[in-house]
Amino acid sequence: MSVQATRAAPFEADRASPSKPGAGFQAIAAVLPYLLGFLMLFVAWHIASVYIVQSVLFPAPAAVFAKAGELAASGVLFEQIGASLQRIAIGFVLGSAIGIPIGLLMGTVPFARKMIEPWTEFLRFIPSVAMITIAVIWFGIGENSKIFLIIYATVFIVTLNTASGVATVSKNKLRAAQALGASRFQIFYLVALPATVPFILTGMRLAMANAFTTIVAAEMIAASDGLGVMLWNGRLYMLVDEIFVSLLSLGILGFTFDRLFRWGILRFAGRFSPVA
Amino acid sequence: MAFVELRDVGKWYAALSGRRSIAVQHFSLTLDRGDFLCLLGPSGCGKTTILSMLAGFEAPSEGQILLDGQAVRAPSRDRGVVFQGDDSLYPWLTAVQNIEFGLRVGGVPAKERRATALDYLDLVGLNGQAEKFPAELSGGMKQRIQIARALANKPKMLLMDEPFGALDAQTRSIMQRELRRIWDATGTTIVFITHDIDEAILLSTRVGVMTAGPGGTLKSVIPIEMTGDRERADPAYGRYYQQVHSDIRDEVAKASSYGRKAA
Repeated sequence: MSVQATRAAPFEADRASPSKPGAGFQAIAAVLPYLLGFLMLFVAWHIASVYIVQSVLFPAPAAVFAKAGELAASGVLFEQIGASLQRIAIGFVLGSAIGIPIGLLMGTVPFARKMIEPWTEFLRFIPSVAMITIAVIWFGIGENSKIFLIIYATVFIVTLNTASGVATVSKNKLRAAQALGASRFQIFYLVALPATVPFILTGMRLAMANAFTTIVAAEMIAASDGLGVMLWNGRLYMLVDEIFVSLLSLGILGFTFDRLFRWGILRFAGRFSPVA
Repeated sequence: MAFVELRDVGKWYAALSGRRSIAVQHFSLTLDRGDFLCLLGPSGCGKTTILSMLAGFEAPSEGQILLDGQAVRAPSRDRGVVFQGDDSLYPWLTAVQNIEFGLRVGGVPAKERRATALDYLDLVGLNGQAEKFPAELSGGMKQRIQIARALANKPKMLLMDEPFGALDAQTRSIMQRELRRIWDATGTTIVFITHDIDEAILLSTRVGVMTAGPGGTLKSVIPIEMTGDRERADPAYGRYYQQVHSDIRDEVAKASSYGRKAA
């Protein structure tokens, strides 16, 4: 592929250039609202737990952090996180790898779009969570059922975003290429494909959120490890602290991955931006 | 034999009502090599349709378009196109990469096409901006990139669809002068769409005035014979302005009364 997604957009680099005076201050100013937001979240949690609810069923943040530290030190926490992340990663990559080409085909060939639409329009309304039981029957309670579910949760969003991306490439971009002598194939891979990159990445970002939801539900029903299992065992054995550690981990992981994705889009694909 | 010939060209589209909506009809015109024709007309008269057919993006419903004796059937590198907006540039490519796009798809080796692209970057006065992305360039600069991109392919003719329409008055006037200079330097045949009488007189060797749409046609062609740098202070400018203005005034009136009837 001729798309050089690894080179940074210079204007993005410019904006974050540390050589400018006050760049350090700007960086702090940029993350400050986030830090404050998180701080307030934990303060509200603390107040709710310690002063309002006052129940062992709603542990305070300090107790949860202590428990998290304990589980992290013993390695259990990272094992569970690792198990979940691995499933998400495999399913997400495979789902995207299937969804992108199908989306490109749908966006390029109207006949293919009309033929595939019944599939996507029918299946995307069946939530991946509803597919858990059948996935377990088909693939057992091992890794395969979970990976199948993550693929299922990923593929439609990526497909539809890719297809709509291809379909909305401005007519003038395509006409300009025609007038410059590009063949149909060249127009596809030199114009339509790079112009679609932001849509593909947006679809993947949305799919990532979906994958997180799905993996927890799947692990709660049928798995031997993972954050979902931690949640389920916490319920079975009334380990409320562990439930909260698991919830906290999910929130932090989701937030981190979403930020990383956004950062990646800006850093590596800023110049594919549809604006301009 | 004329370089470009439009013979009784008409274009219509199937309308929702089942009747056809006529964009252009009975349009005949010939161009010689090196002509700079400005096509002038009220909105909706079909001037963009003419350009689009010349480019080969759309086929005429009747009549024929010949370039060098060959019928125009599809877009080709023969005919460079400059679009009104800047959405035809590729934002993921640098200025120089945009300019060399035509050479790249034509299979010109990397070094050679880079050298050519840099020459054209120079020609449009953007020396030193080669590595900038379109998002970093002003509206006028982006139109210069479009012009350079079209010219780098050495097309037989250049088709421009209100290329300066979205620019501010100052930039627009600079770009008009630049385009005259580029036309002088390259001798490329140009068809330029505008609805600005002043722009048409300052730029072209001939001004074609179209009748009001829908289904406009060519009303008159006025040769502009002004020498040297065209100045608005030139008495000839005033005469041409009067002439073109009187030709187009009735059409604009017709176009607006049609609009009222339709509404």
